[in-house]
Amino acid sequence: MTVWAKIPLQGWGRNARAQSLAARPERMHEALAAARDRHDGQSLIAFGAGRSYGDCGLNSAGRTLITARLDRVLGFDRDSGIIQVEPGVTLRRLLQDFLPRGFAAPVSPGTGFATIGGAVANDVHGKNHEHAGSFGTHVTELDLLLPSGVQRTITPQSDPALFAATIGGIGLTGILTRIAFRMVRVQGSDVRVRTTRVPDLNAFLARLADAQTATYSVGWIDATARGAALGRGSVETAEPIASSAARAPKRGPTVPIDFPGLALNPISIKAFNELYFRRVPDTPREQAVHLGRFLYPLDAITGWNRIYGKRGFHQFQCVVPFANGETSLRALMEIVTGSGQASFLAVLKRLGAGSGGYLSFPEPGYTLALDFPHFAGIADLHHRLVACTRTHGGRVYLAKDSLLTAEEFQGMYPDLPALRDVLADIDPAGRMASDMSRRLRISR
Amino acid sequence: MSVRETWFILGASSAIARAMARQVASSGCDVVLAGRDGDDLARNIADITACTDVTATPLSFDADNPNDRAALVTLAEATPGIINVAVLFGLMPPQSAIDADPNLALACINATFTSAAVTLHMLAPILEKRRAGCIIGVGSVAGDRGRLPNYVYGAAKAGFHTYLAGLRNRLGRAGVHVLTVKPGFVDTAMTWGLPGLFLVASPEDAASAMLHAAKRRRPIIYVPWFWRYIMLIIQHIPERIFMRLKI
Repeated sequence: MTVWAKIPLQGWGRNARAQSLAARPERMHEALAAARDRHDGQSLIAFGAGRSYGDCGLNSAGRTLITARLDRVLGFDRDSGIIQVEPGVTLRRLLQDFLPRGFAAPVSPGTGFATIGGAVANDVHGKNHEHAGSFGTHVTELDLLLPSGVQRTITPQSDPALFAATIGGIGLTGILTRIAFRMVRVQGSDVRVRTTRVPDLNAFLARLADAQTATYSVGWIDATARGAALGRGSVETAEPIASSAARAPKRGPTVPIDFPGLALNPISIKAFNELYFRRVPDTPREQAVHLGRFLYPLDAITGWNRIYGKRGFHQFQCVVPFANGETSLRALMEIVTGSGQASFLAVLKRLGAGSGGYLSFPEPGYTLALDFPHFAGIADLHHRLVACTRTHGGRVYLAKDSLLTAEEFQGMYPDLPALRDVLADIDPAGRMASDMSRRLRISR
Repeated sequence: MSVRETWFILGASSAIARAMARQVASSGCDVVLAGRDGDDLARNIADITACTDVTATPLSFDADNPNDRAALVTLAEATPGIINVAVLFGLMPPQSAIDADPNLALACINATFTSAAVTLHMLAPILEKRRAGCIIGVGSVAGDRGRLPNYVYGAAKAGFHTYLAGLRNRLGRAGVHVLTVKPGFVDTAMTWGLPGLFLVASPEDAASAMLHAAKRRRPIIYVPWFWRYIMLIIQHIPERIFMRLKI
C-alpha cells in the first residue's frame, strides 16, 4: 500500500520549493499502482534524487512520485555493455559497482547523486559531451508508464517521436520504469588530469579548442574578473588511463547547517575566485585522479548547497553557438561583472551535437554555467542574461532553471511544437505536469 | 579463498534488508533473499547478480507458514560453509487499527514475535553445529517500553529482544554470535511521511552499522546510536508519570 504524505520538496538550488503530496514507493508494483491511480484528476510528476536545481521535479498543484527507492540494477550484459536499471539507480552506485569491473556510465553530470531517471528526463551532459553526446544518445530502450496508465517499451526505432519527447522531456511523457543504456569499457579507474591556467577569454577559448581531442575537457572561469583579465580561469582535460592507483572518493564532510546569508557575498566570492585562480600554477600540471573525484568534485561535501544559506541559490546555464561565441560570452560576462553580483563557481566548456530530444539542452557551442546566491534583484539579472542568450541564438538549460518566463521560453527550443504534438496525443488531459511545465506553459 | 559464507536475509524487500544484502554481497558473501513479494525478490536478485559475482538465491518465504519455514531450514542445511541469518521482517499496523480490530494484534504478534522466534529456533541448531556464523535480530526501540502509540508491536518486539538475549547466551557457547538491533528512526517505508521524525538514519547507514556491530560481536546496538540515550531516559521515567504521557 502506498502512503501519500504532504511533505516539502525542493530543487537543489533550494529556491524552488513545493509543499507536495508525495509517495516514495520502494517496490515497482506499488509505484505502478500509485501512478495509475487517478487521484481525482490531480496531476503527477516523477521526482528522483532532487538534484535538478529548479522546479522541473516539483508539482505543488498535484502529486509527486519519488522514484529514488526504485533503485535496482535489473541486468547487465558484459559483451554489449548494456545495463538495465530502475529509474532511481544513481550514477554513484554505477561508479562504485562497475568501475572496478571495467565499466563506466557513458555520460555523467557534475554529481553522482543524480538518478538515471533524472539523467534521461533532463538529457544530462558531461565533460565529454563533444565526443560522447548527452545521456539520451546512449539509451537503447525505455519502459515508460504513459499518462494513460499503459506501460510501453519504446526504442528510438519503434517510437521515434515519443522517444525524442521523453529524452530531455522533463518527465512530461510519463514515469520511466526501466532504462536500458550502453556502458563504456575503461582500462582502469583513474584519469590523467592536466590543468592549465589561462589569462583571458581569448586564451580560454583557444585552449578549449586545443582540448577538443581530449576525452574530457572543462573550464573554470573567474566570473569576478573584469577588463583585460575578463575570462581568465583554468582548463582541465583528462584521459582515461590503465591505472587504478588513485584513491576512490570517500564520504567527505557534511555541511551541517545553512550558512548565514552573508557568508557568500560579492567580496568573499571574489576572494575565493582569486585563490582558486592562483591555485593552478603557471605551468600546466598533471596528475592521476580517480574518475569519481574528477567527475564529481563537489560530491565530496555532502549538502554543499547549504553554503548559500536558507535563501538558496540560482544556477544559470546557457549554450551559445560557436559562431561569434567570444562576443556572446564577453557580453554575458559583462552583464555579470556589471551587476555587482558575483558568481561563486562558473564553468565554461564546449558542447557537441545534440541528441534529437525535443527539449534536450545541448547543441554545438559554448556552455556557460553561473551560480548566484538568491537576492532581491536575481530575476532582473536573470532576465538580462536570458535576453543576451537569446540575442546570440542560445538557449537555457531547464534542469538548472526556476526563473525563465513562458515568454522567454517561446522559440528557445525549436522542437517544442513536436513535443506538444506528442503530449496532445498521449496526454490530452494534461495528467503529467510540474511547476516548471505550468510556468513555461510547455503543454498546450 | 576461505570458506564460503552465506547470508540468509529474511524479509528481504525492506529498504534496510536491500542495503544489507548489497553490502554483504559486495564483500563477497553469497545471499539468500527470503520474502513474500516474488516480483520484488526477483528484482533484488537481479540487482545483486548484475552488480557482483556472488550467488543470489530467492526463497519464497512467509514466516507465518510452517511449510515455508521447513523449506528455509532445508535450504540452510544444504548450504555449505558459514551461515549468517538476519531477521528483518515484522508487521507494524497502526495502533489505532489494532484497537479497531483486535485480530490485527494477533497478526502483529505472530509475524513480529512468534514467527521470528520459531524461525530462529529452527535455524539455531544448524549454526550451533557448525560452530560459526552470526545472527542479526532486528527488534525496535518500541520494545523498550510500552508506549501509547504502539504497545502491541512494542510488546512483540520486547518478546523478541528477550528471545534474542537467551539465544545469544546459548549460541555464544558454540561461537555463534547473536546481535540485537534496536532501530530508532530509519528512513524506510515504515516511517515515510510520519510527522515529527528527527535525525533519521538512511537504510544504508543502518545496515552498515548492523553489520559492523555483528563483526565486532557487540550484543545490543541502537541505530542510530544515540537512541540508546533517548531510550535510557524513556526507560527511567517513573511509571506513575509515564502512564500519563503520550510519547
